[in-house]
Amino acid sequence: MSHSKEEHHCWNCGEHSPSQRAARSLFCQFCNTLQAPSPDYYRFFSLPKTLAIDDEALQQTFYQMSRLLHPDRYGRRPERERTYSLEATAILNDGYRVLKDPVRRAEYVLRENGFQVGEQRSNEVPAELLEEVFELNMMLDELKAGDGGVIAQLEEARGRFLAMLDSIDTELDDEFRSHDAASGDDARMASLTAIRGILHRRRYIRNLVDEVDRQLTSRNA
Amino acid sequence: MDLFQIDFGSQAGKKVLGIDLGTTNSLVAFMDLTGPVVIPDAAGRNMVPSIVSLSDDGHSYIVGDEARARLITRPGHSVYSVKRLMGRGAADIADEVKLFPFKIAEGSESVLRLRMGDRTLTPPEVSAQVLRRLKANAEAYLGEPVSQAVITVPAYFNDAQRQATKDAGRIAGLEVLRLVNEPTAASLAYGLDKRHEGVIAVYDLGGGTFDISILRLHEGIFEVLATNGDTHLGGDDIDNRLLAIAIEDASSEWGRDISSIGEAVQTFRQAVIRAKEALSFTPEASIEVSYGGKTYQRSLTRDHLEALIKDIVDRTLAPCRQALRDSGLGPDQIDEVVLVGGSTRIPLVRQAVRNLFKSEPHTDLNPDEVVALGAAVQAAILSGEVQDQLLLDVTPLSLGIETMGGVVTKLIHRNSTIPASASEVFTTSVDGQKHVLIHVLQGERELVKDCRSLARFDLKDIDPLPAGMTRIEVRFLIDANGILAVSARDVRTGKEQSVEVKPSYGLTDEQVDAMVKESFEKAEEDFRARQVREARVEADTILSAVEKAKANDAWLALAGEERGAVDLAVNHLLAVYHSGDHRLILDHIAKLDQATVRLAETMMNSAVQDALKGTKI
Repeated sequence: MSHSKEEHHCWNCGEHSPSQRAARSLFCQFCNTLQAPSPDYYRFFSLPKTLAIDDEALQQTFYQMSRLLHPDRYGRRPERERTYSLEATAILNDGYRVLKDPVRRAEYVLRENGFQVGEQRSNEVPAELLEEVFELNMMLDELKAGDGGVIAQLEEARGRFLAMLDSIDTELDDEFRSHDAASGDDARMASLTAIRGILHRRRYIRNLVDEVDRQLTSRNA
Repeated sequence: MDLFQIDFGSQAGKKVLGIDLGTTNSLVAFMDLTGPVVIPDAAGRNMVPSIVSLSDDGHSYIVGDEARARLITRPGHSVYSVKRLMGRGAADIADEVKLFPFKIAEGSESVLRLRMGDRTLTPPEVSAQVLRRLKANAEAYLGEPVSQAVITVPAYFNDAQRQATKDAGRIAGLEVLRLVNEPTAASLAYGLDKRHEGVIAVYDLGGGTFDISILRLHEGIFEVLATNGDTHLGGDDIDNRLLAIAIEDASSEWGRDISSIGEAVQTFRQAVIRAKEALSFTPEASIEVSYGGKTYQRSLTRDHLEALIKDIVDRTLAPCRQALRDSGLGPDQIDEVVLVGGSTRIPLVRQAVRNLFKSEPHTDLNPDEVVALGAAVQAAILSGEVQDQLLLDVTPLSLGIETMGGVVTKLIHRNSTIPASASEVFTTSVDGQKHVLIHVLQGERELVKDCRSLARFDLKDIDPLPAGMTRIEVRFLIDANGILAVSARDVRTGKEQSVEVKPSYGLTDEQVDAMVKESFEKAEEDFRARQVREARVEADTILSAVEKAKANDAWLALAGEERGAVDLAVNHLLAVYHSGDHRLILDHIAKLDQATVRLAETMMNSAVQDALKGTKI
């Protein structure tokens, strides 16, 4: 894929477009033939690199672009265009899946900016949760040992964690906005670091809730 | 490069068929000016039973209703419900074989083969016979050759089952433009005339498979939100349950074990199916069998049937709940429920759907035909005839690769909109390593042993470098048919890396090619005869046009040598007319066409002049 090149030549008619325009259009401006797609999701959706996104508008764009790019629309077109249509639609679908979900979207932007994001880190207990997690693990051990008396406490803890998730989502939303408003790279990177911390905490709590659910259902079953 | 345009022009206007290749029955449909229409056979029947039987002389296959009687008279030559075996290995179907009279041929370890008389056929080859019959019905009805089709598959079919269906199409001489999921196809047929908006659930219980799909319909876009199902759950299971009871009952009444007599089992099977179907409309029916001079008769009430099959019907509910969870919706957010598949005629099934979704399911479309009609709509979308509808489907199963300790790492999650892709970078672990083997699986479970092995991909000819130096980016791409393709590239050099595919189940490309070739040897004769017939029809048309033109004044206005050239071309065409070589005929048609250009122009000019003068032509 030649998205990084400064000049863009249409594979079909050979005309070349100035780079800025070519970057914005998936179609040759001269012969209207589908070009090799760019794998940058934000660029693909013609979105500015903000973390706060209008869900409704994103869905509309997704539908519109599906109508233009989907392989069903290229059944009678040349082989090369059919391949681009398949590639472009895969990127469209992959991108939509990432961009419509705030967590995946933030992880995507973090990775683009050189941050490591991944499951491995989620094994470290976030400092502010140490006490709470310690207590929870005790309760889970008791449950596994056959003590049904802790179920009520576990359910209470589960509720607390779910409430935490809600407030984390609000926190994430606020941090998205401050990222988008940040002027200068330093402020932006500081914001991304904060977001990474929030995501880490979120993933950790999510895993805890899943674990509690698993233990409770396996006991019921 | 501008030849592309011509190429794509020649495709335009060709009919693309929509085919529902079912476990029990198959149908073919196409898009008429008025909408999708099911194509009947010469006897006016819309459904072709998916039954294939080898003729007694062993030279041809009998398909459909005509083969049904042979299930009883020639059980060893006949096969039904072969869809259950598509894309599966011999080990998978051990249970299946106990209940169905499939005879697995020797040497089926790698590729499953069925014995039919003295022949052995793979499941795709058997399905191809059904497809060939549908294709012939369509060509007879449309009066033109057809070579392209959309074929439906259960939404919950895995990669191997999809690939097997595509192979069947190729063997039957059809280019399969798209595999469409059955419930999604049904939604297309359903949404087409109604112009619906909102969320619908499609509950599809057929002869052998169950699917549930939840879709959002918005301005002509049919977006699948989630799908789930069971590829081994359907009316067949109900039949088998009733059959087992009746056979045991009859065996004890007659004092003779009939469970291993193919002919007896098939006779009882057809009797219990008749009773089951009747009970959807009457509260009581009877199972009546005459076999070997004896008769068996039992009456069965609907209440009793429902008690017998309740657990089978209940098995559809867990997939429904999972699909709802995956779509992030509650039952109250489903605006409408559509029923598809013959088994949804059973009142107990309707009751279960009503209870789960808390709404009255739609039954206004014929559940046997709605999938084929939807396939025809999708065919018209692909050919460009329909432009305002678009299907966005999903992959039913998560795709992953085997990692350390027999664990599956998921790369593309279930219910991802397709086409979908994922990339993963692999490195070498030993100095000088030249191969990397990637094991790809499908399924939702954590461990390799609990998922379905799809294929092993061998990255070959890696530059021998110290361990970890080579980085290969592997791209997994699921296309719009739900079928996986894998490509790989050396990150350092950017060079495309060769990948050898070893499918875990099913046929290699070479095997399919051999089958295509074999099946074409016969078909080619028919095809040539048809081409000659068509060329002659075209010759007749032009010859009679020339004959008529000779009565026109324009003929006399031509120079003598021009008239001579036309006569010569006519004689040449007549000389090759009976040659049996369609190319020769077409060549001489073209030459005659060329020779009459001046004649046609002159006629046109005089017609224009006459018109300008105001005289009637």
